[in-house]
Amino acid sequence: MQTAGSEQYKITPPRWLLAELTYSCPLQCPYCANPLDFAGIKDELSTEDWLRVLDEARAMGAVQLGLSGGEPLVRQDLPVLVKHARQLGYYSNLITSGYGMTESKIVELKEAGLDHIQISIQSPEKNLNDQLAGTESYEHKKEVARLVKKHGYPMVLCVVIHRRNIHQMREILEMAIELEADYLELANTQYYGWAHINRDQLLPTQEQFEQAEAIAQEYKEKLAGKMKIYYVVPDFYEDRPKACMNGWGTTFLTIAPDGTALPCHSARELPGLNCPNVKDMSVQDIWVHSEAFNRFRGFEWMKEPCRSCPEKVKDFGGCRCQAYLLTGDMHNTDPVCSLSPNRQKVFDAIFSARAEAEAGETKPLVFRNPKNSKTLSA
Amino acid sequence: MSLDPGKILAFSPLHRLQWEEAQQKHVILYPEGMVELNLPSAEILKLCDGAHDAESIVEELELKFNQTGLKDDIFGFLGVALANGWIRAV
Repeated sequence: MQTAGSEQYKITPPRWLLAELTYSCPLQCPYCANPLDFAGIKDELSTEDWLRVLDEARAMGAVQLGLSGGEPLVRQDLPVLVKHARQLGYYSNLITSGYGMTESKIVELKEAGLDHIQISIQSPEKNLNDQLAGTESYEHKKEVARLVKKHGYPMVLCVVIHRRNIHQMREILEMAIELEADYLELANTQYYGWAHINRDQLLPTQEQFEQAEAIAQEYKEKLAGKMKIYYVVPDFYEDRPKACMNGWGTTFLTIAPDGTALPCHSARELPGLNCPNVKDMSVQDIWVHSEAFNRFRGFEWMKEPCRSCPEKVKDFGGCRCQAYLLTGDMHNTDPVCSLSPNRQKVFDAIFSARAEAEAGETKPLVFRNPKNSKTLSA
Repeated sequence: MSLDPGKILAFSPLHRLQWEEAQQKHVILYPEGMVELNLPSAEILKLCDGAHDAESIVEELELKFNQTGLKDDIFGFLGVALANGWIRAV
């Protein structure tokens, strides 16, 4: 174990590598976690760069590999990366919309050693699915889900939950049963990136959450042993923050399409973090020595009420991105915490979203596409 | 699914059992997750290879480690492994 700084905290090796291969995506989901200014970020890593990143992270102990984006199928070298990952002993997870997937590609990736495919579906109802995705994709996604199953992969369906589809919870679960999913991820929207600017249009009310959660719980019990259901909680209605990323720089390493190394996939929006790039530094140097990865390790950086709080070892002060987005200071306690002096910011967000729902959904969703990205970052 | 001692056990094709050099232990890998195993658990799971049933796993491990009375522990762990879907009866 290595230690750094005056505080002598232990640096644990990364276990999870999230490789965001590209920001290109045929879909336009309004809750996308990619940065708002993605359209201006060029210079994707080359195949050789990615192969080196895979080598270096694996040598440190990373074992779970997420191949994500954007839409990772856009990268023509995907089978080469998958094959290399398999040889190194990664467990590789392809996180895809299914758009652009064909049976021959599913077979090719299987032969290359891909372990599993996660398909996102926006809604169990065709019109809403296609409307949220900003493209006609529903029938194809369901077909891909069947093909994934047919070729012996564990099949994981992911549905991001928000106010436009939360009333369909039962239908979502029935769809997962029909498609014989092995895992169903019910991911309540986390309000970063595009979801942050669409929060009024997406954040469900507390009553909606409670109803949906009860239905998910009912199915979880009913399907025990057949389908694993992961329910990602909506932290706006909690009174303690999530242990974001299992603690900053302890477990998760994200590499963005241009090689920027991030302690979490949203960290790009934190001001002055000065994230390193794998084109300039090795993964080892980035993880152990870079300022960005050491910035929120340990407890020294904390302000009150976190600093003297006994729960800091459990939740690490919550999420830095949420603290920044809601309070303007990334060092603050995550305002989801009921002990935060900024707790009112969360109530304001809930109130504002409820007002929009009661007004009959007057604001249009801002879709994640290059045109809106350029407008928003101009 | 309860344990039938006479049925052949195999590791699940939806999971992967692997030695991790960095952690110096065996792990089970599955979509977006990992379980770290202690030595006895890994020894038991390695014998869920499509050739052994629960009884023969006990026999083989008692012989290998020169011990007796392992049956309850091994059956207990195999029950957990079945419930988690790491292994299945074939």
